[in-house]
Amino acid sequence: MKKKIISFPHMGNYYIPIKYLLTKLTNCDIMLSPPITKKTLELGSKYSPDFVCIPFKYNLGNYIESLENGANILMQCGGGCRYGYYAEVQQQILKGLGYNFEFYSLTENDKLAAISMYRMFKKINKKLSIVKFLYYTILTLKMISYMDKIDIYIRANIGFEEEEKSFENLLKEMHKDLESTKGFIHLRKTYIKYNKLFRKIKLNKPSNCLKIGIIGELYTCMEPFSNYFLEKNLAKMNVEISRRTNVTYLVIKKRFNTKKILRECGNYCKYTIGADGTDNVSEARMLAKKGYDGLIHTKPFGCTPEIGAMSILQKVSKKEKIPILYFTFDSHTSEEGIKTRLEAFYDMIKMRRENNE
Amino acid sequence: MNNKNTTIGIPKALLYYKYNDLWESFFNELGINVLYSPETNNEILERGKSLSIDESCLALKIFMGHVDYLVNKVDYILIPRIECLKKHEKLCTNFYALYDIVNNIFNTKILNYNIDVKKGKTEKKAFIQIGKSLNKSHVEILTAYNIAKNVFKESKKQRYFDQLNLLNTSTKNKILIVSHPYNTYDKLIGEPIIKLLKKQNTDIIYCDVFDEEEIKNKHTHISDKVYWTYSKELLGGLVNYYKHIDGIILLTVFPCGPDSLTNEMCMSKINLPIINIIIDELSGEAGLQTRIESFIDIVNEKKKVKNN
Repeated sequence: MKKKIISFPHMGNYYIPIKYLLTKLTNCDIMLSPPITKKTLELGSKYSPDFVCIPFKYNLGNYIESLENGANILMQCGGGCRYGYYAEVQQQILKGLGYNFEFYSLTENDKLAAISMYRMFKKINKKLSIVKFLYYTILTLKMISYMDKIDIYIRANIGFEEEEKSFENLLKEMHKDLESTKGFIHLRKTYIKYNKLFRKIKLNKPSNCLKIGIIGELYTCMEPFSNYFLEKNLAKMNVEISRRTNVTYLVIKKRFNTKKILRECGNYCKYTIGADGTDNVSEARMLAKKGYDGLIHTKPFGCTPEIGAMSILQKVSKKEKIPILYFTFDSHTSEEGIKTRLEAFYDMIKMRRENNE
Repeated sequence: MNNKNTTIGIPKALLYYKYNDLWESFFNELGINVLYSPETNNEILERGKSLSIDESCLALKIFMGHVDYLVNKVDYILIPRIECLKKHEKLCTNFYALYDIVNNIFNTKILNYNIDVKKGKTEKKAFIQIGKSLNKSHVEILTAYNIAKNVFKESKKQRYFDQLNLLNTSTKNKILIVSHPYNTYDKLIGEPIIKLLKKQNTDIIYCDVFDEEEIKNKHTHISDKVYWTYSKELLGGLVNYYKHIDGIILLTVFPCGPDSLTNEMCMSKINLPIINIIIDELSGEAGLQTRIESFIDIVNEKKKVKNN
């Protein structure tokens, strides 16, 4: 029998916990798809429907590169908007290209639930017990939440490190340690150790630094390649960055806070406006109240929920007096154009701050 | 508030084409005046474009233009908000956000109802909600709703019956238009295409005319995972008419989210002549004509081959 090799698309650093989970739950080989490059996007766009959103193209590119390298089981998640329908169309396109593979989706009926996930893993690994499944799923979620916690600290401070790349190098070390997690206690120890180390990194941070919040569609927020390394570029400009959208928020926190988020939207939203639109409106309003200097909204071209949110965000921007820069990413977006706009935005909020003082 | 003078504005776009029979007779029964915006014209499109985000779908831009026409002419504008019509199903997120988008862009009074079956907010409750905000009694509202619902069902049945008649009697080429009703019947989006098709001596079958019971599970022939109610209905309709037609036109507005993926499914699983026409605000008629003519040529050739 042929050896089973699992692969999945990239999103930020989350390949580490996903790889960990898959290694523990299945007895197959795990293959990471090659890091995203321009070629990935070209491959993906070539075979995608015309005006599908950009994450679809990146995912498809990842799949093709993995299949070329020998993977034969692919995984997809889904939910909220048309993301829930990715799995079926991608599967069909890849079958049409003549690849031979099995395709599994973590979601059923557009919902991510533990039972449907268990059923899916049971298909791959028949010996899997529910206790083992739950143990490792919760452990992985915990790992993700620790990673996100550290990321939040890094984002706020990476622009002010005294020694260049000290954050980046330490983060790489942490990722290596996380891969060999043995259990909850070991995971917690790793977290505490690195949390201390990160806070020891010497900073040169003025108390009145510029603050920018990032809101928007989840994939373009979280995958640095797809937003042309927005956060890195911002860090070079010495600003504090804040971003609520991460996997912990989307998978866990959001579920229990729907009503609170809608309340935070105030008069701007009476109902939920679909996918993460409501969250972004509430986040924009909250950050404006906290005194942030500007917001950056990212989305793929044609993202329906975010377009709905944009009409509302424009009013938030006017009423709460907070500038918002809107980025739309597509396969033809030019990197220079983004840099120019980002620089102009930075100059604008800097001048605004000086005028107010 | 004096009810006799209350006028409600209904924008002739989006859900109007689906639910107007229901709305019209409901307000009629309650004795409330209704003002419609005119058929979509260039002025409405231009207004809509300037009011909405560049990337919004064309249907939503047109809707904004219609709302803009009604502002200051009426007391309330009817804007429904529908999240979920059946369990495990959803609508395009534009319909979720419709109320909030209009409320944030325009400064006008909105008559709003909300349907979200998952949370127990059914259509009936939604209509009670609008009746209450018009100061009508419970009994009045329920009678009006029941009558309106019957009228709605009857007119749907009648349209389906007429279409079946056409299918059975027609000897011309039968072309199925697969598109949301707010595209098919819109003066700027669907009508030029229907005119061109009629010139080519064809009969047009509309995918959005169907009997709900009959198409219930038919969408599974194309895709069993699709969860948008309106897309499900279109796919079901397509499968339903599939054996009786000669060609299919998938009419999509740019950049429709659900259609971008379901079209892909249709195109790969169907063996009839099929064409995907994408309309945006810049579409010219000359290009359209060439495409439709050549499409009809293909349909004719295929038919010849089949008959031989």
